[in-house]
Amino acid sequence: MAGVAVSTTINGDAVEYLCQPDETLLDVLRDRLGLTGAKEGCGTGDCGACSVIVDGRLVCSCLVLGAEAEGRKVETIEGMAHGDQLHPLQQKFLEHAALQCGICTPGFLIAAKDLLAKNPSPTEEEIRFGLAGNLCRCTGYDKIVRAVQDAAEVMKGA
Amino acid sequence: MVEVTLWGSLSAVAGGKSRHEVEAKDIRELFRKLAEQYPGIEPWIDRGIAVAIDGTIYRDTWSKELPKDAEIFLLPRLAGG
Amino acid sequence: MNFDPRYSGRNFSSVGTRPIRPDGIDKVTGRARYGADFNMAGQLVGRILRSPHAHAVIKKIDTSKAEKLAGVKAVITAKDLPDLTDGDAAMYDILDNSMARKKALYDGHAVAAVAAIDARIARQALKLIEVDYEVLPHVTDVDEAAHHHAPLINDQIFTEGLEEKPAKPSNVTKRTQFGHGDVHKGFAQADFIVERSFKTEQTHQGYIEPHACVASVNPDGTADLWVCTQGHFVYRQHCAQLLGLEASKLRVTSSEIGGGFGGKTHVWAEPVALALSRKAGRPVKLVMTRDEVFRASGPTSATSIDVKIGAKKDGTITAAEATLRYSCGPYPGSWAEIGAMTAFACYKLENVKTVGYEVLVNRPKTAAYRAPSAPMAAFAVESAVDELAHELGMNAVDFRIKNAAQEGTRASYGPVYGPIGIGPTLEAAKNHPHMKAPLKMNQGRGMACGFWFNFGGQTCTDLNIGMDGSVSLAVGTVDVGGSRASLSLVAAEELGIDYSQVKAIVADTSSLGYNDMTDGSRGTFSSSMATISAARNAIKVLRDRAAQMWDIPVDDVTWEKGHAIAKGEKYGNLSPLSLKDIAAKSGTTGGPIAGHSELVADGAGVSFATHICDIEVDPETGATRVIRYTVVQDAGKAVHPTYVEGQYQGGAAQGIGWALNEEYIYGKDGRLQNPGFLDYRIPVCSDLPMIDTQILEIPNPNHPYGVRGVGETSIVPPLAAIANAVSNAVGVRMTHIPMSPPRILAALDAEREG
Ligand code: FES
Ligand code: FES
Repeated sequence: MAGVAVSTTINGDAVEYLCQPDETLLDVLRDRLGLTGAKEGCGTGDCGACSVIVDGRLVCSCLVLGAEAEGRKVETIEGMAHGDQLHPLQQKFLEHAALQCGICTPGFLIAAKDLLAKNPSPTEEEIRFGLAGNLCRCTGYDKIVRAVQDAAEVMKGA
Repeated sequence: MVEVTLWGSLSAVAGGKSRHEVEAKDIRELFRKLAEQYPGIEPWIDRGIAVAIDGTIYRDTWSKELPKDAEIFLLPRLAGG
Repeated sequence: MNFDPRYSGRNFSSVGTRPIRPDGIDKVTGRARYGADFNMAGQLVGRILRSPHAHAVIKKIDTSKAEKLAGVKAVITAKDLPDLTDGDAAMYDILDNSMARKKALYDGHAVAAVAAIDARIARQALKLIEVDYEVLPHVTDVDEAAHHHAPLINDQIFTEGLEEKPAKPSNVTKRTQFGHGDVHKGFAQADFIVERSFKTEQTHQGYIEPHACVASVNPDGTADLWVCTQGHFVYRQHCAQLLGLEASKLRVTSSEIGGGFGGKTHVWAEPVALALSRKAGRPVKLVMTRDEVFRASGPTSATSIDVKIGAKKDGTITAAEATLRYSCGPYPGSWAEIGAMTAFACYKLENVKTVGYEVLVNRPKTAAYRAPSAPMAAFAVESAVDELAHELGMNAVDFRIKNAAQEGTRASYGPVYGPIGIGPTLEAAKNHPHMKAPLKMNQGRGMACGFWFNFGGQTCTDLNIGMDGSVSLAVGTVDVGGSRASLSLVAAEELGIDYSQVKAIVADTSSLGYNDMTDGSRGTFSSSMATISAARNAIKVLRDRAAQMWDIPVDDVTWEKGHAIAKGEKYGNLSPLSLKDIAAKSGTTGGPIAGHSELVADGAGVSFATHICDIEVDPETGATRVIRYTVVQDAGKAVHPTYVEGQYQGGAAQGIGWALNEEYIYGKDGRLQNPGFLDYRIPVCSDLPMIDTQILEIPNPNHPYGVRGVGETSIVPPLAAIANAVSNAVGVRMTHIPMSPPRILAALDAEREG
């Protein structure tokens, strides 16, 4: 199969790559660009471990084709911190121990960032439903919800 | 002399008899004497046997001394998650 | 080993605090490398062909077309994994499970594998492999399989543990029995008796990270394996044995692990990846799909359990009996046996008897899942205990308190208990505000207790002190949920330095001596013991070096709060030397300073928990909601309380999923119908409330700091606690887990029809 040439922006940088027409954005990020922060937990859109933001929309990158990134802006976990300054969500996840194994963490951070961008003061229920597309098997979600609540407070103050 | 109870699937290798009196100073000697009497226990020893001495479970410390009059249970080794 | 593991009451300065974990920053920035995040130059993609049949003879496999496909570098079948197990039946089963030899024994059983230059070609190659199956009758239900008419899965297996050797083979591989006293006599003394049968369905550990590895075998017999595992040393032993490699030449590196819960204590795809690499002469990366994870890796047992408990009017239990049938998949196991040991472990019983039956079925090989086998037994027992309390007109907590095991009680599985925490967890639950909170319409409250053994085992750590006084700690137990933070705290505590001065890593199999795996809640218990021992050994060296620097006898040097102190009046003018001061001079006082420890951490203390939950049931639809959940558990000593809470909450959440939703659903054709997260639904954030935790600390006498394992017990009570809550909400006893809406409705309908 002939490859598709794609020009896109990832975490603010212009990126060009060749991919197969049936290759997912997740595979492109992980296997072609070395951005392994997005994880594959299912490959079917059910776990959210592969979450990225494309043109301001939260998506499962396992359900998006690499070719679809053409001309768009992709944000991944690798672009979340500014230099050595962690994003408040990253900092709060650490402080609250909102991760045990951490495999779900990049997906949760991206989903939470998207949630807070749309709703800066979510209630607990809004957080729980907002993050319901992301699976975590380790934490029981308690500390994740608390970390997001705390980060929302910090971000409002900033 | 210590009294040893073979428990669970272990009692089957000793012909269903679960209580045994054995003269042994530590776990190693206990295993050796049991194996002399019941050769069928050897594969179990190789796979690992848990020894409960007065309620505390030892899995691998074969040099562990057996206190006089201690209560000893031998259990098959367990799996964990 | 002259290390003294006994508990000594002491005041802690680092242990018990809640610092940020050392591996955290990599995990929130996406830099942490898990099983599938690692690559080697020239690596191929491995893929496995799996049986679509639940039970079938493999008559012939033709791989010639696949081999001819351009880009395919190796195709293997069982022939490429010859039997080197030398009569070791358990290893043979692992081998056969990795790659079916004569028969496919379940839907998803591996039959062949390929390595190709990319995933697309590997997938195409799988389609070109022709397997000629002779389909056999199959059985997937535990009760049906135990029946003597059931299709036989292995005609070489005769039930062990019966008084007489059976004449005919059976799917029941083993009978085991535990208990003491005389249950007949006990039941004769009872005023009330509850007798019921229960069923639980098979669940999966559900770790979010699928199994993944990169294998590289060299022609000279050396090899590397990068893999997500709970026990890289155990994987090394198993893989070396199955592949005929020398263990020390196979270096296994454990990646960050994306959840295991027991499911990553067993090898599956790793021997296949190594065999592919050996044949292709190139590194091979093999990552399971989610579908494969469900169909071919680790589920827990499905069970069927009968329980009978009798008590006097005053609430004293006079006798307790249980018969437990556990599915093992197609290979013998000891799952019912563990269930039989744990079933009544919470209680002080004069007359108790449990009998376990291990049952073969055409489902994946049962693997450990967090306190394996205990949750199902607890579900049955704690449901019956609750029902008995109702019949007696006693409060469910008081009834349990009255019959709870104590120090000196003979456990139902044999030994006599030392100091234990069942009583205190029950008292704490009784006094918890949750118990008094009002309930609304259609809501019910339930509680239950649970027990788990906890393991110790072989452990090895290295502690190296840099010239700048920073400390690196290399451990061999895989960190599944924050143990690097806990172990750094322990090293800091023992050395008397700050947590920030210590950095812990998990070493590979070539850098450290053998370690048992992180299972049985042993990670922090045993590695902390080895870390304390290593630190004490390092302190001996530090004292010696300080003595050299001062030119005084080492016996006159003590170690306090991170400093060498010259004791006695005559040294009044010598100011203490810090660890840093001593490290800076190490080059001229004898070279690097280190402490090592190899030990068997035995004496892990048993652990108990009591859970309380409130459930709301919609009587129209059978839908349930967890309104409130509280976990009370004994930790011995919580080294890093936040991660202890995390273990409590995570175990409870898994138990909630098991109780209400999760189950393997097999079709009549013996195929798994829900091998994905869409249809095998684990709890999501909006399904759960906050999970309240209360940590009790009843020191384990066999650990210097009193630590017990904490990882597993939290999954034991939820099935029963939730079943009790649902039963209380709807007024009907629930006997089948999971309590999915259709099952709740069916139970309600059955009750209405009387
Ligand atoms: S991998 Fe994309 S949702 Fe699971
Ligand atoms: S921390 Fe392990 S899956 Fe969320």
